[in-house]
Amino acid sequence: MTAAALVERDFAVPDIRCASCIAKLEQGLVRDRRIAAARVNFTEKRVHLSCIPGAEMPDLIGAFTNLGFEAHPIGTGPEEADRAAETSRDLLRAVAVAGFAMMNIMLLSVSVWSGATGATRDLFHWLSALIALPTVAYAGRPFFRSAWRALRHGRTNMDVPISIGVLLVSVMSLYETMTHGAHAYFDGAVMLLFFLLCGRWLDSVMRDRARGGVTALLRNMGTGAMVVEGDGRTRWVDATALEPGMVMLVAAGERLAADGLVIGGATRLDLSLLTGESAPRDVQADDPVHAGTLNLDAPLRVRVTAAGADTAIADIARLMGEAAQGKSRYVRIADRAARLYAPAVHCLALAAFAGWMIAGAGWHHSLLIAAAVLIITCPCALGLAVPAAQIVAAGELMRKGVLIKDGSALERLAEVDLALLDKTGTLTLGRPEALDLDGLDDGKKSLVLALAQASRHPLSEALTRGLQCANILPAAVTGIRETPGFGVEAQWADRVVTLGRPQGGEKGDALATELAVDGKPVASIRFADQLRPDARAVTAALRTEGIDAMILSGDRADAVAPVARELGLTAQTGMSPQDKLAAIERQEAAGHKVLMLGDGLNDGPALAAGHASMAPGSASDVGKNAADCIFLGDRLMPVVETIRMARRTQAIVKQNFLLAIGYNVIAVPLAFLGLVTPLVAAIAMSGSSLIVVGNALRLKRAPG
Amino acid sequence: MNGLAFLIPIALGLGLLGLGAFFWSLRQGQFEDLDGAALRIFVEDEEEPS
Repeated sequence: MTAAALVERDFAVPDIRCASCIAKLEQGLVRDRRIAAARVNFTEKRVHLSCIPGAEMPDLIGAFTNLGFEAHPIGTGPEEADRAAETSRDLLRAVAVAGFAMMNIMLLSVSVWSGATGATRDLFHWLSALIALPTVAYAGRPFFRSAWRALRHGRTNMDVPISIGVLLVSVMSLYETMTHGAHAYFDGAVMLLFFLLCGRWLDSVMRDRARGGVTALLRNMGTGAMVVEGDGRTRWVDATALEPGMVMLVAAGERLAADGLVIGGATRLDLSLLTGESAPRDVQADDPVHAGTLNLDAPLRVRVTAAGADTAIADIARLMGEAAQGKSRYVRIADRAARLYAPAVHCLALAAFAGWMIAGAGWHHSLLIAAAVLIITCPCALGLAVPAAQIVAAGELMRKGVLIKDGSALERLAEVDLALLDKTGTLTLGRPEALDLDGLDDGKKSLVLALAQASRHPLSEALTRGLQCANILPAAVTGIRETPGFGVEAQWADRVVTLGRPQGGEKGDALATELAVDGKPVASIRFADQLRPDARAVTAALRTEGIDAMILSGDRADAVAPVARELGLTAQTGMSPQDKLAAIERQEAAGHKVLMLGDGLNDGPALAAGHASMAPGSASDVGKNAADCIFLGDRLMPVVETIRMARRTQAIVKQNFLLAIGYNVIAVPLAFLGLVTPLVAAIAMSGSSLIVVGNALRLKRAPG
Repeated sequence: MNGLAFLIPIALGLGLLGLGAFFWSLRQGQFEDLDGAALRIFVEDEEEPS
């Protein structure tokens, strides 16, 4: 073994399900001599490989395939994810420190409350100060930083009263301690930090978890291509390293990694991710082809004309950037509350100080009361009200196979009143399904299955899926051979059976395949993109939720019409990405809150522009990145379930705010009168936090 | 009062120990793969005469 530096690579392996998968992967992968070490991360369904520098991507993926796993390389651009994970870890550290400090100070405080006096009380106060001051300095940083940022821009947010309160209380308590005072509020300050940090941390964990789920889903479509060198040899080139002029070899079933011109071969391409069009398009030499399209039939040689940021996708990316600006103007409910709340808190504290000064209480006493008002009015309950409810909801949705990217998505989803649906891949499954399998007898079915499961062609995969669901066993065939562009051939009890392109050509542009025995066709199977099984129920359910639905499709009118009729929806057809964007802007201008549902590259700008957006797990990477949440599986019902959950979450959030305000109505007068001792503050704060969290947990065992 | 001189440092020390242990495990990546850790106990070591 040479000391050459090993290359680290990450792969998403969605099929890791059990302990034996871990064992199989970790022990099986290192048998490949190119792989030095493999480590499975079960939670994130990832495998981390250390491999020798010469290991090519297809070889590594092949190593997974040999073990029976499907692996997708994860690109090397996760700096943003790393930074986010680092923020989460920082917050967790701050929570741990604040928690530790809170527990110890509380223990010391209990003895003070139970009557310690004189030197003992002073000692305990000094100890508390010793623990609390470094804690405030360390754990309070997220709040101080955010408050400072807001103040510098002449704004105020929730963190301003929190920071002022915590600092004021700490300083006052230190003064009290030095002057042998009776009340030190160190426990209150640290407890406030602890509960607020919990809220922040929950919020950040939720975003991380969803992001992890999304990265695992990203297929990084066409992250590279086999490139033919001048001397006829081929090597794997990453999509980022592809350059105009290179010649790519695209096998059937692969996605193109760059735009180009066909220079050899003829095939059909599935454009549905790019344009929403459901019928495959024939291409031959000299035809332009685009990145992201799927090669259906035969190997193709493509001369790259544009790669990376120059592809047709880049246009869509530009549109998306513009479209997303509208969404960034959305203000989260917690911030909206803070806008009203923060000035009120400041005024109250100031009024308390002024009032007691006028009443002649002296600046020391007045300041103490003002500090008590500040600490009691920025209750932990308010910091926990939103994240507690949202993380419970996100956890519930994740169990149902819906990934929510962040809390603001839940808030926006709760407001939608108009759903715009893409057709191909959203209302439909977005992949060919065998139509007339029932017309075949069992013998033919088992023959078809035996041939189909030997091939990775999309149609073969559809057949395998359909027949395996029907519990068909494959017939015993030998000598299976696949000819790209034609089909699969095998020996079956002295006879030659083939499954492939119909000999008489295809009728119309429907996909079809034919089973032949000894060259004579015995059965033909047609394919079409099918509606999702519960599409009808979903449109009805949307209507009962008070949400109108409409189809926006890039497909031709005669392909959309049957779907629209079946579902009873109006449809607009033949729409370009710009048209979809314009349609959304029109609806938003008319006062609607639009939910965009789509999957393709062409839906990217629309997904970014919608008030809220969802994409199926089978969507293009662009679609998944642009959407607020992603639902997995073939069912469409999660869309409705998510909207219902978002609305219930919003109701809980509002209840939590009411609870927090109700608590203030009781506590603020007490604080004003100077009756809030450290003991009262501690009880009020922890009590209100528990109530708010308990209320949020109600989302967990709700119906639906 | 004398007991406090021992007990309070001990209590704080134990607390700090716990905090230190938590920080250590966080840095070691013990929380990276919680579900996987639960399953790894079922993974048999490979008896390979390498």
